[in-house]
Formats: sequence, structure tokens, C-alpha cells
Amino acid sequence: MIAEYGLLALIMGLVSAVALTFIPLWGAWRGNIAAMHSARPLALSLFVFCALSFALLCVSFLNDDFSLVVVASNSNSMLPSFYKFSAVWGNHEGSMLLWILVLAGWTLAVAVFSADLPVKLMARVLAVMGLVGIGFISFSIFTSNPFARHLPNAPLDGQDLNPLLQDPGLIIHPPLLYMGYVGFSVAFAFAIAALMGGRLDAAWARWSRPWTNVAWGFLTLGIMLGSWWAYYELGWGGWWFWDPVENASFMPWLAGTALVHSLAVTEKRGVFKSWTVLLAIATFSLSLLGTFLVRSGVLTSVHAFASDPDRGMFILAFLLVVVGGSLVLFALRAPAVDSDIRYGWLSRETLLLFNNVVFLVATVTVLFGTLFPLLMDALGQGKYSVGPPYFNAVFVPLMAVLVPVMGIGPFTRWKSDDPKRWHKILIQGVIVCALAAGILPWLGGEFNIWVALSLLLAFWIVAGLVADLRLKAEGRSTIWHVVKRQTPSYWGMVVAHLGFAMCVISVVVVTQWNVERDLRMAPGDTAELAGYRFEFHGSSGVQGPNYLADEGVVTVYRRDTRVAELRPQKRQYKASGQVMTEAAIDAGLWRDLYVAMGESIGTDGAWAIRLHYKPMVRWMWIGATLIGFGAFVTVFDRRYRKVKVSAPQGVLARA
Amino acid sequence: MRRLFLFVPLVLFSSLAWFLFRGLSLDPKELPSALIGKAMPTFTATTLSGKAMVDESLFEGEPRLLNVWGTWCPTCVAEHPYLMRLAEQGVKIVGLNYKDDDSKALAWLARLGDPYELVIKDPEGMIGLDLGVYGAPETYVIDAKGIVRYRHVGEVNERTWNGPLGEAYRALVP
Repeated sequence: MIAEYGLLALIMGLVSAVALTFIPLWGAWRGNIAAMHSARPLALSLFVFCALSFALLCVSFLNDDFSLVVVASNSNSMLPSFYKFSAVWGNHEGSMLLWILVLAGWTLAVAVFSADLPVKLMARVLAVMGLVGIGFISFSIFTSNPFARHLPNAPLDGQDLNPLLQDPGLIIHPPLLYMGYVGFSVAFAFAIAALMGGRLDAAWARWSRPWTNVAWGFLTLGIMLGSWWAYYELGWGGWWFWDPVENASFMPWLAGTALVHSLAVTEKRGVFKSWTVLLAIATFSLSLLGTFLVRSGVLTSVHAFASDPDRGMFILAFLLVVVGGSLVLFALRAPAVDSDIRYGWLSRETLLLFNNVVFLVATVTVLFGTLFPLLMDALGQGKYSVGPPYFNAVFVPLMAVLVPVMGIGPFTRWKSDDPKRWHKILIQGVIVCALAAGILPWLGGEFNIWVALSLLLAFWIVAGLVADLRLKAEGRSTIWHVVKRQTPSYWGMVVAHLGFAMCVISVVVVTQWNVERDLRMAPGDTAELAGYRFEFHGSSGVQGPNYLADEGVVTVYRRDTRVAELRPQKRQYKASGQVMTEAAIDAGLWRDLYVAMGESIGTDGAWAIRLHYKPMVRWMWIGATLIGFGAFVTVFDRRYRKVKVSAPQGVLARA
Repeated sequence: MRRLFLFVPLVLFSSLAWFLFRGLSLDPKELPSALIGKAMPTFTATTLSGKAMVDESLFEGEPRLLNVWGTWCPTCVAEHPYLMRLAEQGVKIVGLNYKDDDSKALAWLARLGDPYELVIKDPEGMIGLDLGVYGAPETYVIDAKGIVRYRHVGEVNERTWNGPLGEAYRALVP
């Protein structure tokens, strides 16, 4: 009966979503205060029913109710219980329910933290969130019901969770990613509500900014975890594959990055309003498009969900309503007239506009590369695949032109600036960067021009942040005085930009100085790699909770000191019979040593062994974590908590 | 007039939506071969056992399957037992050992059984290139005149054998 209650709760969730969409919208239209105020309790009801439904699905998984189709296909009685729990979202139906839960959670959060919003705006924002909810809940109920049963012949045991997904990283990766994807629906809802009300002003940007930053931070962390998981779990040491599913999460991130910066301009200066609204619509649309690509089967990918054209048709129809509808609204209601706010050719506005252009080009590039096989196929031009060379060829130059501007952005003034103000401090910065680029690569043993360039760019970002503090300190007694005065949103920016600098160095260093060898190793054999000596001691059988494994033992020495003992495994999962490579990694800030077992060769206990030396690979994930963390820090800014002023200076959309 | 520019995103999105709609009716996994209806490309190669030289004339006389495999390919392990069953039922299967190592391939056949009439060696992948092999495993249905009739990408199993792959083969057998 539990599953039936779960479905009932989900249906009640749908009813709440329908009510949440139409009652407050009607209220906002007719000026009915009571109807507008119903939005908050309805948002609570939406959340309660969705959470109940999700909890009941979790209970079914934990109780091994194999009469449920999803449980039978994705779980097994031998599975450890935390993986039974994560198996809830390790499949299409369950992950849709998680998506819905996250959406209901964001809706509730908006309802709780909207006390300072004008009631009409609050009603419209929540109604738009409700509309998105209607789409996803009906998608779940009508095309991918997680509570469908195998009746009358329920299997005795389940087919097990895909071993690739039996991993701690995968317990938290999808929830974080969905927090990001779905979080952009808040920025979207604010944009639509502003278009409906015809009031697109600095206050609107200030309200949607913290929500956007948090969603973007979650998405950053989600993508980071996905990359880290691919690195240690897929067994060949790669960390980004330009796979369609990865691109599906990367496109909203790129557009979201543009949005985060463009919102800053709109809030501070009241310009780029139409552009920012369009970005908010585009970012969430790309999240929806990602869902379509992953779940409709139009593209091949290593980790797409089981595909189904009916589901694809449903999401496409939903895309048409949501994206098409909002673009029509945009075309009719967005301000078409230039605002009379002016800014010079060298001003923070111009630099942020440059940021937006770069990220927009990047988004379109990834979108085009991802959809190119589909476009050619639809035009009858045959089958194509687009690989990493295309994406790298576009991304490397894009980032190379972005970073110089990123360095001077933080200290350039709004309206207009004069380089004379900062050229002395900047020349000192340039000298430091040049020295770093000239000297530091030698620490890696040899001079590498690409590493030197990446250091030049990364130090440039840091030099810009330092220059900013020094410029602020001019004419004041101590730099501490200045440091104490800065706001959380300033520190958030600093932390995120530093994180980005770390990513730049890491990506280049690991690409240039990665060393890997595939070789046959019999017990007692040794191999040298990047100054480390790997000694293979043979393998033995190990029993896990739901798998059998051959576990190799490899000791690593540097000169004569023992550095690490690594135990890579080759696992065979009992229920599915699938074979998995479990790499062993000695992680460090400066280098990772990575050992994976291939096939057993011959009769003398020899194995095909893959050895990797990956310098500074951790910096990428540390950097990405800093970016996400920086985004969260900005929310603690006091001006977001004191939004009582309703900003009457706003410019009407139809001005 | 400037309002017209605001319609640009809508127009772009509409064309994108049209492509997505078309995409739904296409199967990205379906990889048609340019060889369908044409003769096997010419080749000369040794067999895995090293005893003989063979060329494309080997496909004349009877309908056969050409199965592209390698010991490095996990799906090939998965489909192997089903190939054994097909061989027992009298289906003639020629193997193409693709980009592989002789000793590993021989050890594999000794360990898992040998469903093949004979195995063509293609260590450099040159025959595979002429065939347009996308990845292992792939299975081609070739008729008694040496004409390629069907290409199947991926595992051969009960389900695919009951599908178009098996139908293409059964159409050739009287």
C-alpha cells in the first residue's frame, strides 16, 4: 500500500501545483488580495505532498519492495542500505521525483523568504514556479510513474543498481546538480513575473540575484562532483569528456555565469535590463533542454537514461509552452528603448558586457557541438559525432581572451574609468605575473610554454584582486581598514575568481604534464613513472557486500622512501555480473598517483596495469569548490536582507 | 521597429524546437552502413590459426554472419555464449579479430569456446576500416554471393536475433 499512498501524494502535489498556478495569477490580475496571499500556503502544500511522495519511494527502496518496477530494476537485497537510498535517484523515474522535490523545495524557500516582496510580485513568482511544477509532476505521473508495479508476478530479488552508481559521490552528485538546474527556475520566475507586471528595474535584479547566485553555486558544485566521480570511478583517469550529458549541465552553467554577472550590472546601474531578463529565461530553458536531451534519447551518450520517444514528446511540448511562451512574453513586454544611462568605453559595464559575450559564445558553441549530430541527421546529411578537439579548439582561445579582462574587471569603476588611475599598480602586477610565469614552470622539471601561459593568466587574476585592494587602500592608513569594510558579496567574488584561477592552472598543468603507462606486471615487477617506482605484489580475492573482487597490491616508492600502498580492484557484481574497475589513488595537493587494473594476463598472476601520474589535478576540484562557495558567500550581503524599500525609482518597462 | 529585434530569440528557439522534434523520430544508435547491397570489400588476410590466406571469395556459397570482435571488448564477452548457441544451430559465423593480439585471441577461444568457422586476422584494423566498423562488436549478414545485407552494431543476443538482424539472416536461408 505504501507505493499507492506515494502516488496519491504525488497526485495531491499536482493538484497543489495547479492551484498554486491559477489562483494567485487570477488574484494578481483581478487585484484580489486573498487569492494572492493563498500562494504561500499552496507552496507549502506542494512541498509537503512532494516530500511525502519522495519519502514513500525511499521507504519502498529500503524495504526491498521488488513488486515496484523501479525497485526491481535498480536495487537488490544485497545492496548496502545507503546505496538502496541513493538508488532512489539512480534511475529515470526516481530522479524525476527528486527533481520535483527540489523544485517544491525552492518554491517553498521563495514563499518563506519573500516577506519583503510586493504581494503581487510574490503571487506571480510563486505561480510561475507552480506552472513549472505542473509540467514536471504530470510528466512524472503520466510518462514515468515511479510507483508502477510488477503485478501479479513480482520478482523475488532486484537486478541491482548499476555498479558505476554504487559510489558515495553519486549519492550527492544528482541532488546538488538538481539544486542548481531547478534553482534557476527561481530566476526564471522572477523574470517572468517582472515581464507580466511590466516592472523591470534594479529592485527586480536585487531580488533575483541571491537566488541566482545560490543556484549557480549548487550547479558548480554538482558539475565538480560529476567530474571528480568520472575521474576515480570510470577507471581511466579522465575528468571531462564533452559528453552530451555533461554538456547538458555545462550549458546552463555557462549561461548562468553570464546571468550572475549581468544581474550585477542591472542591479547596480539599471542597464542591460532586457538582456538580463533574456539570460534568465535562457538559463532555465537550457536546464529544461538538458533534461530533454538526457531523457528523450535523441542523442547517444554513455550515461543517458533509458530513452523513450513519448517522454521526449512530452518534454518537448512542455519546452514549447514554457520557453516559447516566455519568449513571446519577452518579445511583447521587454523594454525596447535604450535607457538613458550612459557608460564609457572603459567601465565596469563594458567589461561585464565582454564577459557576457564570451560566455554566450561559449554556450552557443557547446549547444551547437552537442546538437550538431542531431541537426545533420535531421537534415538527412548522415551521422556525425563531435569530439573533444572541437570543444577544446573553441574553449582554449575563449578563456585566453576572458582572463585578461577578468583581471582588470574588479577594480575598474562603474560609468567610466581612466587607466592613469591604476597603471602604476598594474605594472607592478604585470612584473609579478611575468616572473611567476618565467620561474614557476621550472618546478615541474622543465619549462613548458603552455604551463607558463596558464600561470601568467592565473596570476593576472590574482594580481587584479590584489591591485583592487591596494587601490581601495590608497589614502588610508592600513590595508586592514579596507579589508574589514568589504561586503560578503565582494569576498564571494574574490573567492570565486581565485577558484577560477586555480582551475586554469590545474587544467593546463594536468593536460601538459600528465604521464600514463599501460603495462603488463607480474608479481614482483617494478615500473618507473615520473620519478616514482611502482612495485606490484600480485593480487588476491576479496569479498565485498555484493561483489567479488581481485585486489592488487602496489607499493609506491620515491627514491627509497615508501610513499603509498595502493589497492586497486577489479570487481564483479553478483547480481548483474557486471565487471568494474576500481582505481586506487594516492591523492595529494601537488600530484595524484593513480593505479587501475585491466585484465588478468597469462597464468603467472600477471595483470595489465595502468599507472597515471597526474600533477595538480586536485586544484581543479578545489578551485571549482571555491567558485561554488564564493557564490554562497555573496548571499550573506546585508542588502539582500534589508529589501523593505520597494524601489519606486524603477523604470517602467514601457517607458 | 526595435521591438521586432526582441522577436529574434523566439525565432531562434522555434527553429531549434523543430530540429528537436525531428530528432525524436530518429534513432541515434542506428548506424546504416554504406555497404548494404554491395559486395564485401576486397581483402587478403591470414587466419588467426595462421594456416591459410583468405580473401573475400570466402563468403561465396552460403549465407554467413561476419562478427567483428576483440578480446579488449567487454560486450564481446557478453555476446560470446549466444554466438556459441547460434553456431550449434548451424549458423555459419566468420570472425574478424579486430585490432587484437593473436595470443590473447587464441587463449580466449580456447577458454570460452570457438563459434567461428574461421577467424580473419585484422591487427591493424585495415579490413575494419574498409567495412566501416564503428566499434566492436558488430555483426554483418552476408548472402551467398558475398553481398552485405545487414549490419548490426552492438551485442548479438536472443532479443536482437529475434529482431531485424535474425530476420535478415533467416530471409537468406531457404
